[in-house]
Amino acid sequence: MTSAQIEVLLQTLISGILLGGLYALIGLGMTLIMGVMKIINLAHGELMMVAMYIAYWMFVLFHVDPYLSVFIAAPVMFFLGVMIQKFLINPVLRVESILPENQVILTVGIGMVLSNLATMFFTSDYRSTPVGYATDALYLSDYWKSSPIELSLSVPWSVSFVFAVIITIALWFFLSKTDTGKSIRATAQDPEAALLMGVNIKLMRVITFGLGSGLVGAAGCLLLPIYYLFPALGGQFTLIAFVITILGRLGSAMGAIIGGLVLGVFESLTATYIGMGWAPVGRFVMFIACLVFLPGGVASLLRKKRFGA
Amino acid sequence: MLEIRGIDVSYGDTQVIRDLSLEVRKGEVVALIGANGAGKSTTLKTISGLLRARKGEILFEGTPVHKAEAYKLIGMGLSLCPEARRLFVEMTVDENLDMGSLKGEAKRQRQRTKEAVFGLFPRLKERRRQIAGTLSGGEQQMAAIGRGLMSLPKLLMFDEPSLGLAPILVREIFDIIKKIREDGTTVLIVEQNVKQSLAAADRAYVLETGRLVMQGTGEALLSNEHVRTAYLGV
Repeated sequence: MTSAQIEVLLQTLISGILLGGLYALIGLGMTLIMGVMKIINLAHGELMMVAMYIAYWMFVLFHVDPYLSVFIAAPVMFFLGVMIQKFLINPVLRVESILPENQVILTVGIGMVLSNLATMFFTSDYRSTPVGYATDALYLSDYWKSSPIELSLSVPWSVSFVFAVIITIALWFFLSKTDTGKSIRATAQDPEAALLMGVNIKLMRVITFGLGSGLVGAAGCLLLPIYYLFPALGGQFTLIAFVITILGRLGSAMGAIIGGLVLGVFESLTATYIGMGWAPVGRFVMFIACLVFLPGGVASLLRKKRFGA
Repeated sequence: MLEIRGIDVSYGDTQVIRDLSLEVRKGEVVALIGANGAGKSTTLKTISGLLRARKGEILFEGTPVHKAEAYKLIGMGLSLCPEARRLFVEMTVDENLDMGSLKGEAKRQRQRTKEAVFGLFPRLKERRRQIAGTLSGGEQQMAAIGRGLMSLPKLLMFDEPSLGLAPILVREIFDIIKKIREDGTTVLIVEQNVKQSLAAADRAYVLETGRLVMQGTGEALLSNEHVRTAYLGV
């Protein structure tokens, strides 16, 4: 390989990892809800779209930086998620339904309502958020004069990635170190045993849906400075979250993180070496390959290692 | 301490428990024995609020609990070691023990109780950072009992604690139950291992197809003709 080719490869990997960090955050929310509720939340991307509009209008009207909006949009989305679980999903769970998948269909409906409301209120225009640092970048040659290759690092992408990592670590801390976090994991693993331990599993389900929505809301804010915004953007991200959740194995947090990174890198490689428009194709090739060759997801590999088998 | 008055329990249209009454007094070890499908586990599940009685009352220390939310009972001092252990298999032993002590006094005493549990089961201390699903069957049962003790229960109920364990471990589990009782915890135990549980129990109830057919002291039932032919095969 010539140095130019190495340069392209490394640059591709870097942007893939940066993208993957955001994907992981989007996937984590869905995987958390999947783990506790055993339902796929197909309104996940639409919830992110709502958070992005919140951050967008905060920026346009009040000049609040999208990164600061994380602290506004995520709590708002948490609240919205809690309301959705409490007043829409819980009543459906209680009914003896014809289809056991009723809740999933309900989430599809919620997604449609959200994206159509957004179209009504905000029109279907594509918007981008004119933050001042949108095109800022760091160059390797500025720091290492005699570097044989040149690499660049986009400032907003990097800041978003760092935010995503911090949020992920905070989530890990919450889930593994606090009693509430442990109770959420216990509810996912064995709801009846959790009940016997004194866990209010209905409350845990409500909190989890809020948490999953809050996470994807935060991801939306992080995506805003580097992406454009339109009401129908949700569907695409619901699919991305779904692919990550399957890649990682349903309900596994570590699996979602690895799944997100793998998907980010894979899409980035597809975009560089095959063509920009082929990235979604790469995503689904990966999805199908995963279902065929690794149905247990990344987590099944992790497990083998942990069990020493 | 625990009083059950005439409960009926059904799964859908199938009635499993008919007009069952029994009592556990403070400081006792009481055994509930019977064949597979007699309704023993159903009884424990009903006491713990996982199932609802269609009729009758359950009183714990004089308070009616048959309508209480299941998650509130452990805070009252009523704890169940469920059948097949039901550990949180993707959590560590430590985390499983933490899960046993989520409420009030149990939470404040968590570290102290944990040391006591490790005193009872030194093996658990060695394995405390291990994922519960990777423990052996006996170790899992120890972890499940430990988790039950973490709530500082007044009444600890065991559902088939000896199920699937080697004979030497079964004896160990019954020794532990004896120790738990000596520490002042009342015990209600459901078992298919009739001989061991009758030997350990002060009193016992015999359940057949959802009805109470016999009761008495452990010793009396051990020498009872019906129990000997039906359950001990002698």
